[in-house]
Order: sequence, then C-alpha cells, then structure tokens
Amino acid sequence: MRSHRFPVEAGHIELFARALDDPNPIYSDPAYAATTECGGVIAPPTFTQAAEHWDPEYDRRPHHGRAWYGSGREPIGPAEPPGASGGLGFHAEQEFEYHRAIRPGETLCATIRSGRSWQKQGRRGGTLSFSETITEYRNEAGELVVTARFVGVGTENQVT
Amino acid sequence: MTLQASKLRPGDSHEEIVVEDLSRTRIVMYAGASGDFQPFHTDETYAKARGYPGTFAHGMLTMGLAGKALTHFVGDGRLLRYRARFVAQVWPGDSLTTHLTVTQVRADPPEADLAMETRNQHGEPVLSGSATARLDP
Repeated sequence: MRSHRFPVEAGHIELFARALDDPNPIYSDPAYAATTECGGVIAPPTFTQAAEHWDPEYDRRPHHGRAWYGSGREPIGPAEPPGASGGLGFHAEQEFEYHRAIRPGETLCATIRSGRSWQKQGRRGGTLSFSETITEYRNEAGELVVTARFVGVGTENQVT
Repeated sequence: MTLQASKLRPGDSHEEIVVEDLSRTRIVMYAGASGDFQPFHTDETYAKARGYPGTFAHGMLTMGLAGKALTHFVGDGRLLRYRARFVAQVWPGDSLTTHLTVTQVRADPPEADLAMETRNQHGEPVLSGSATARLDP
C-alpha cells in the first residue's frame, strides 16, 4: 500500500473536460456552477484518472534522469516499456464509486492497494492474468471522495 | 436536467454521439490532461514498430467520452457508480455512440441503475458497463 497527494486545480479540471470535448460549464464556470444544485464547479466522472500526474512512481510518463521509451532517433528505445518482458499489460475494466463531489482547490490523498488477482484462458491471447488495484481518494478531512477499481490484464501474446 | 424516480421506467433510454472522427489531436489532449503518456497512444512510429497499425485511444478516453452521455442523462453530480469493461480498441477516425438503458428504478432512496454500451461506426461494441445514479423522488 502506498499513497500520494492529488492537488485538484480548476485549470486542470477545465483542460480534462476539454480533452473529452465536454463544454459543460459545470466544469469551468464558477458563476454558472454556483446557480446549480452542485453549488460550484465539480470535476467530470473520470477525473481521478488524472491523479496519475501526481503519483511519483507512475511509469507512463517520463521522469527526470530516467530512460523513457517510444520513438526518438530510433523507433523503439531507449528502453522497453514496463512489463514488456512479461507480456503487455492492458486495462480491462474500470469502476468508480462516488461518495462526494471533487472540488477545485482541495488536495486529495490517493491511497493505492492491490486487490484480487485471477487467471482466465483467453481466446486469442493465451492465459490471461487479471489483477485489481484499488485507489481510495480522501479529502483533507479524511472523508472518502471516490473509490476507483482498476483491473489490468496481462497476456502471453499480443492482442490487437 | 434531473430525472424523477416516479417518472423513470426500466427500458427508458438515451443515445448520444460522444465523438465523431476521433482525431489523433484529441488522443494527445487526453494524454496531456490525464498524464498517461504511454507511447502506444501518441507515438505512431513506436506503435507501428510494436506491430500495431498505428496509435489507438486510451481506454479511459473512451470511458470519459461515454461519461458525457451519462451526465447529460442523469444530471451533474448525480452519479453514484460508473463501471466499464474495455471490449475493443478505439482507433483514430472512429465515431462512437453511447447507448444507455434504465435497468432498475428504486423509490427509496430514489436511484436508478443503467446499462451502458458504446459502439463504433461499424456497430461494434468498444465499451460496455453500468452505472447507478441518484434521482429526484
């Protein structure tokens, strides 16, 4: 189990909604949002995914002083992606439970722990190994805001 | 828009186009906003070198796009749960339509369960799942 902070910033919420092509002013306009039952700007339903920006161990972004992968001078390199030797990891399923709205200005604490793991015979990909990761997001008062359940799947062969 | 438990019925539905002709630019925007810079999603050279026809969307971009249909149907801040299974990859150029169907309505507390399916322009499912929302009485 590990944890990291997730500062929720108004501009980040707006850019996340923009990436989803969602012009709903509840994500960007405090004056409008104040007139709704939400009472203020809130974050879109999948916004906690953006907490990964703040996870110091997250391996899907370049880190200062560490080799990154993807193309530069060479099409593959300088390093293999995480998990490449043991089959490619894919996102199989995602679930969010919403306890309270996420508001700009608060700093959440994300606590990440492993959940269940199981195996299944795949039709194309050989043996499929599933594993769950549970992340609890709490506010400064310690109240649960969102519970996220990530299910990853690893395969012996590449699936397309 | 808010839904009322007294008026909503199982079988009621909502359908919405959540993206048309998905651009590589949008995938890059999602990478930047979410922090997921996995090169399969943004680096065509890399994706091809790894045996893919090209870059493809983050599963969570598809789940986020489908989430627009949910919030448009149930209202802002009304979701209690949202779950999705990633069924097939989404490629640049795809157009996605999300279909929501009410599966159960409860009066006390006023809540509804919904089934969600998102299909591409060929009618193939790419994302399937469910959600629960808080309603007005």
